[in-house]
Amino acid sequence: MAASRLARSSAGGGKGSSRAAQVLSVQIATFVAVWAAWEALSRSGLLFEGVVPSSLAVFPAILEHLLDPVFWDHMGRTAYEVVAGFALGASVGAALGLLLGMRRFLAAVLEPYINYLAATPKIVFLPIMMVMFGVGAGSKIAMAAISAFFPVAVSVYRGTLQVNPVHVRVARSFKASQWKIVKSVYLPSIVPPLLTGLRLGLGVAIVGTLLAEIKLANKGLGYVVIQHYNFFRTADMYAVLIIIFVIAVGINTLMDRLATRFSHKV
Amino acid sequence: MKLSTIVGLAGVAALAVLLEILIGQGYISPFLVAPPSEIGVELVALWKEERLVEALLMTFGSTLASTGIAIAVGVPVGFLLNRVRLLAEAYEGWIAGLFSAPLILLYPLFLVLFGRGLMTIIVISSILATIPIVLNTMQAFAQVRAVHLNVARAFKLTSWQTFWKVLLPAALPTIFTGIRLALIYSMISVVAIEYLVVLGGLGSLVSDLYDRYNIPGMYAAIVAVIGVTVVFFKLATEVERWLRPV
Repeated sequence: MAASRLARSSAGGGKGSSRAAQVLSVQIATFVAVWAAWEALSRSGLLFEGVVPSSLAVFPAILEHLLDPVFWDHMGRTAYEVVAGFALGASVGAALGLLLGMRRFLAAVLEPYINYLAATPKIVFLPIMMVMFGVGAGSKIAMAAISAFFPVAVSVYRGTLQVNPVHVRVARSFKASQWKIVKSVYLPSIVPPLLTGLRLGLGVAIVGTLLAEIKLANKGLGYVVIQHYNFFRTADMYAVLIIIFVIAVGINTLMDRLATRFSHKV
Repeated sequence: MKLSTIVGLAGVAALAVLLEILIGQGYISPFLVAPPSEIGVELVALWKEERLVEALLMTFGSTLASTGIAIAVGVPVGFLLNRVRLLAEAYEGWIAGLFSAPLILLYPLFLVLFGRGLMTIIVISSILATIPIVLNTMQAFAQVRAVHLNVARAFKLTSWQTFWKVLLPAALPTIFTGIRLALIYSMISVVAIEYLVVLGGLGSLVSDLYDRYNIPGMYAAIVAVIGVTVVFFKLATEVERWLRPV
């Protein structure tokens, strides 16, 4: 992230370790303050009982869920839907992005439509997916696919625009086949944007799948969240949301690391 | 009009005609895909019978309100973080983390806190929209060129004058990139929550029509959502172009 690099480079210079200690203490203080505020709010009686459960109720609930095989069943279902949809949407998206990069007129025709649809809240397509693929896993996989498709297609397309047209012309004059041009000229320079696209795509695929499960499902993490909500088991609901957040942020961090490592190599 | 635009519009028209024929000939069930002609008829019906205007206004209003709150909170916070480096170093990673976290999934928690109403929609959407504004504002003020600040100092500008005459104008284009993102994010979040919780607005209309199994109506409402997206997208792009020098 450009901004964080700016922040680091303009930081107070020589006194590195004491600065790091200061930063850490601000972070710890903030963490403790937020936690204390949460606990205070839950005990204050300002809100109806159970609206903000104490962390003492939430943390055991996290453990309880993680030890429950039924919960892992739900997690497995969500993982299956996300992975299947993501694989489908990302591969079609990458192929379209590459095609658009190589066919500039087609790109000029399609670009506005892709931009508009990329900004449209995908969840409104869920009823169409349910009509077409049923209310089970099929519609969730389709949601994940649609969600992942756009960021991957846009990133790959933007990546191909960075390719030097001279390189393509050189390859053509050496009579390289279309496939050879894709492999040797385009692919190397689209790896970093592709990885960024995959990271963003996986993130929105997770959100799309979970929102679809929340709306209508009989299995999956989103279903668990909304069941807890409907029966006002707030501590359990917080617990599942925290688990979802840790997983989502973890996956994102992992993909980010991967992307940074790869773009240094290429 | 550019050639690519004409080809694009012709393509959309051709696709509509093709769908109409395929559905008419029975190759695609009208219960899966509504014929484009019926979607047009249904749009008029939604206008007359389903309070489409009211839903549009509600979605527009919630989106603009959330973006407004996000600007009012995000720009000062971003500026503060730019001034106080220690806070920036402590929080920037967290904010970037939040940016990639699926915050919208917290909506059941906000439903519990704020009840099933407009308040929930606006609170969560403005939180989502604030993050890109904070990040872009920090970056915007960090990018102000030292030369410009030196000139301000040479002319002995007060810090108030420096802010209004030098810092803010230099930062504005980058801040607006954040605002553009915020506008799109809050629109997505508003429609998504409307759809999920059925609290009114365009999103609820889609959900309602599906529940009543009015397939052409549902397609028409989805077309309306895409239309709203196009309006917001164009609005944001135009204002950004207008603000950006060059």
